[in-house]
Amino acid sequence: MSQNHKPKIAFFDFTSCEGCQLTVVDSLQDHPELLEVVDIVQFREAMTEKGEDYLVAFVEGSCTRQSDEERLKQIRQQAAIVVALGTCAHLGGVNALKSLHPLQDVRQYVYGEKADWYETYDARPIDAVIPVDFAIPGCPIDRTEFINSVKALLLGKKPPIPDYPLCVECKLKENACLFTLNKVCLGPVTRAGCGAICPTYGQSCEACRGFITDPNDSSMRNVLAEHGMSVEEITSIYTMFTAYQVREKLMQAEKATGG
Amino acid sequence: MSKRIDVHHVTRVEGHGNIVVEVANSQLKECRFDVVETPRFFEAMLLGRPYTEASHITSRICGICATGHATTSLRASEKALGIEPSQQTVLLRKLSFHGEILDSHILHVYMLVAPDFLGVGSVIPLASSHPEVVLRALRMKKLSGDMCAIVTGRHTHPIAMTVGGFTHFPKRAELESLRQRLEAARADVDATVELFASLPWPQFERDTEYISLTKPDEYAFIDGEIKSSDGMKLPIESYREVTNEYMVPHSTAKFTRFQRESYMVGALARFNNNYDQLHPRAKAAAAALGMKPKVTNTYLNSGAQVVEITHCIEDAILIVDQLLEKGVTPEEPVAPTRQSGEGVGSCDVPRGILFHHYWIGEDGNITGANCIIPTNQNIANLEADMRVLVPQIMDKPVDGMRLDLEMMVRAYDPCISCSVHVAKLVTK
Repeated sequence: MSQNHKPKIAFFDFTSCEGCQLTVVDSLQDHPELLEVVDIVQFREAMTEKGEDYLVAFVEGSCTRQSDEERLKQIRQQAAIVVALGTCAHLGGVNALKSLHPLQDVRQYVYGEKADWYETYDARPIDAVIPVDFAIPGCPIDRTEFINSVKALLLGKKPPIPDYPLCVECKLKENACLFTLNKVCLGPVTRAGCGAICPTYGQSCEACRGFITDPNDSSMRNVLAEHGMSVEEITSIYTMFTAYQVREKLMQAEKATGG
Repeated sequence: MSKRIDVHHVTRVEGHGNIVVEVANSQLKECRFDVVETPRFFEAMLLGRPYTEASHITSRICGICATGHATTSLRASEKALGIEPSQQTVLLRKLSFHGEILDSHILHVYMLVAPDFLGVGSVIPLASSHPEVVLRALRMKKLSGDMCAIVTGRHTHPIAMTVGGFTHFPKRAELESLRQRLEAARADVDATVELFASLPWPQFERDTEYISLTKPDEYAFIDGEIKSSDGMKLPIESYREVTNEYMVPHSTAKFTRFQRESYMVGALARFNNNYDQLHPRAKAAAAALGMKPKVTNTYLNSGAQVVEITHCIEDAILIVDQLLEKGVTPEEPVAPTRQSGEGVGSCDVPRGILFHHYWIGEDGNITGANCIIPTNQNIANLEADMRVLVPQIMDKPVDGMRLDLEMMVRAYDPCISCSVHVAKLVTK
């Protein structure tokens, strides 16, 4: 706590587009009062001042190199609460797409013979490196959900992140189901909370918020196949934001069958 | 006299970069801008994925210029597959693109640059010392974001844009309300010009080569030709002749050079190359800021952004008028005329000229990709500026030197996490 009894919070970024921090800045447009109830002590993208004493750390971005692990561990040591901010930190996000190819191929494709100059390893969510208390999902995060999560944390509660599928919110919006419009969608297995924004704007849900706790995967894949998607296309849409999870699951299955 | 300036992770910029300057016996020994962002590997991520996903994936290169990356990506795919978007699509894309230019420039000039002039470390203390300035910035930023949202669902990351067109269309009432807000914003634009015209911009002159898009009939942001201020025009397909990417052992970015040792892209390059096509109110703003091409004071890149804020508000009004006059009709995206091909898309995004180059195979999957990002193209020029600046300021105390150098970096509005190729050099 600061002398003024406001909790100190800090923002950190790892491998990401920094769009979630920008969404935080944007959420202040409608909620400037947030600045009256917390002390932001570190936010490199927006401020020069830098405090190392903070209660809550919001971390954006995936961990994509060994040398970043140390910085994450320092944050964990200092913060009472660590919150993964957005898909890259929460799930690995698009960064994990590179794990679908052999790492050395990826490095050579972009950096050619100088590939070894650059340190990198398979992208991973931050909870693969340090314990994480909460996650605010989404690519990018949803402004309202961010504000509601901060409010909940200030009251000593868990952020109110739903664990039901996106279809619930889509129905409440009275959207026509994309499957009836000859399109496909991952809404039935994806965690709600974004207000089904992509289907509302005519695009498939691509599961940027990750899957619900107990998704009916096999039914989802059957439905996609019935709508004309090939196995490759299904794998593609399933891995856009969750390549890390899909790969982990495959590796677990391989272990279980001794393969 | 010996001094060393080592700014680890320059603040109020997008992404991670370090300034390293060393002066020994009044001689400049070392002068670098190190990019220490983690490697991103976006081009490799696209390999083997359907071209329809490319704009969704590449918008995630950057949270600030997400719409710019998405638009450039769509143009690359459309050129590869022989797709000519409708006039309505072109207008809607321009409108959301203007929204992004506005959003990014307002964020930069008000929240990242202005604190240096007002002697504070961020915009937050300004909320109590200069509330009217902060409220104006937030109001203008909200308008810009809403402009993107009406067309594409949100600014970061746009949803309704797709290869060949859109999957959602703004309603008449939304456009009418946007038009009213744009007109009302003129007062905020005037106040913005007045504020930035009153700031003591650092004196610094260094002529360089300025590179941007150009078009015969409008101030170019989407499509066109590549123009050099040294006098040359090239089709965007020849971008590699301009960018000539190379790697240097001391730094971490892929550098670029064309006809000189380095070149500059961004608002100042566009201003210098395409001044004639600015809206009259934008030219008036330039006059108030004391700017007339060719401007060679790098710090005035932020001034050129203020000029473009004026231009984009006025041009957005004209675009909305055209859309209202014709009426927006929901239409299916234009279908490809061929199954496979190669295409280059180019847009002049907030920080400068951007290229996406894709190869699409018969199965609709991407077989090759190359992206060249504005910030990469500016790093060699930034270092060249720093080498001229340091001898001019080396008598100042270290803190003063550091501030001047940080302000120089910020003037470029670098977007380092954008820099797909850019990576840390692991020193042995």
